[in-house]
Amino acid sequence: MTVPGPAGAIAVTRALDRVMRDDRGRLLAVLAAGLRDLGLAEEVLQEAAVSALSHWGRSGLPDRPAGWLLQVARRKAIDRLRGAARDGRKARALAVLAADEAAPDRDAIPDERLRLIFACCHPALEPKSRVALTLRTVCGLGTPEIARAFFDAEPTMGQRISRAKARIAAAGIPFAVPDAEAWAERLDAVLTTVYLIFTTGYVAGPDEPRDLCREAEFLMRLIDRLRPDDPEIEGALAMMLLTGARRAARIGPDGAALPPGEQDRGLWDGARIAEGRTILSRAVERRRPGPFQIKAAIADCQMADPAPDWPQIAALYGALLRHEPTAVVRLNAAVAIAEAGDPARGLAIVATLGDALSGYQPWHAAHAALLAMTGDITGARAAYRHAIATAPTPAEARFLERRLEALTEGPRSPSPPSEA
Amino acid sequence: MQYMLLIYNDPAVEPAYGTPEFGEMMGGFAAANARMQADGVLRGGEGLKGVETATSLRIRGGKVETMDGPFAETREHLGGYYVVDVPDLDAALRYAALLPVAHFGTIEVRPLMDYNPAG
Repeated sequence: MTVPGPAGAIAVTRALDRVMRDDRGRLLAVLAAGLRDLGLAEEVLQEAAVSALSHWGRSGLPDRPAGWLLQVARRKAIDRLRGAARDGRKARALAVLAADEAAPDRDAIPDERLRLIFACCHPALEPKSRVALTLRTVCGLGTPEIARAFFDAEPTMGQRISRAKARIAAAGIPFAVPDAEAWAERLDAVLTTVYLIFTTGYVAGPDEPRDLCREAEFLMRLIDRLRPDDPEIEGALAMMLLTGARRAARIGPDGAALPPGEQDRGLWDGARIAEGRTILSRAVERRRPGPFQIKAAIADCQMADPAPDWPQIAALYGALLRHEPTAVVRLNAAVAIAEAGDPARGLAIVATLGDALSGYQPWHAAHAALLAMTGDITGARAAYRHAIATAPTPAEARFLERRLEALTEGPRSPSPPSEA
Repeated sequence: MQYMLLIYNDPAVEPAYGTPEFGEMMGGFAAANARMQADGVLRGGEGLKGVETATSLRIRGGKVETMDGPFAETREHLGGYYVVDVPDLDAALRYAALLPVAHFGTIEVRPLMDYNPAG
């Protein structure tokens, strides 16, 4: 119990901040699952927090602040639903709330965040909305932070988030973990969303106020904890750890992006690599292969000692093609085949992908590298110029410029310009 | 929640009457109907005659305008609908996936408006 008064008021504000930071996702998940309405859940939780400031200031901190907030938020939801016009859905939500109120173990807050994550990453929402909603509700990021990460104006991102919340309620997207029949497809949507958060942070660098790589790692570890022993979840976590381990080394001293084979290995995070490898081998031992496990194995082979294991990488891309027969995977497979010692065959495959990927910058970069490997310096020069002009970041452009400069110095055997 | 499953398809790619593919499609509809009935979720559904039989009407400036043809000239036409009463979108999508047209056309799944029947 805290003593009321000015010092008490500061303590109350701090305690509330802490609960809302640590437990907001959990509380929101429980409320949303019962109410089937994310917007309403957020509103009543916010109202409960406002009540907490005055109540806790008067009577001191409750023993279980999170339980207090949940109880008050539920009561506020009941008041709102009773006041509003009745329909079947509201009646159901009221019944659920009443049952939760009467539950004997009111203090044990169940962890319903997996249900919240599956709702936020539902395929009926646009991929970008899935990312924004997951960051907002599960990670507790503010709209300005999310807007900045995606170079969007704040009002635009705010509209996107509120539209997505309204859509969940109106379209009847459930707060439920999908059944076995839909599991693989829906899990893929979740893991892809989290991975998109990771790559956004990876490209932006660790200097943003909220590092998205950390948020993605938090989410992936949470999903792995809530649904243990799933090899694809483990594979996605391993891939994130193995790729994240190279983060400090991915830009060279001159500002050029470096592929793993050319990075300073001293800058790699050994602890992350070890953990990633342990998790990956645990996943593989389950004998249920999937695309994320294969991608994690590719990330691992990129860091083989003393150089990337290209024959193995080429074989893994071949396996990935069976799960994801896309032009982009074919392009990566072709680069691996070239690096493994057959540049002519790699180039032949890359050439067949020109129509499908003509607007995809990495195709031009790979084309340039493979033309150079097969001795077509003139063709390589033109392809490099195109790839440099359309490079997504200055670091990528700088890497390619160095490659282009090296072409005039004589024959060499360049590595592929981008990470797999 | 009640959802309408709107069945859109391009008549040009639809199996022709009398072919084995047509029989397979009708069998698929029969199986979907049986499943929805057995699960107790089916609230209604009809098939529509072709768009060449459609007549469109609008009133502009107090004057009735009647036109020969569908509302919009598109390649894929509305060919029929089901109404199902299920707990959520995931359940509605599972029934939509049972409809044979999903393999060559598109099923649009839309919640019905709730006109507050209890109040």
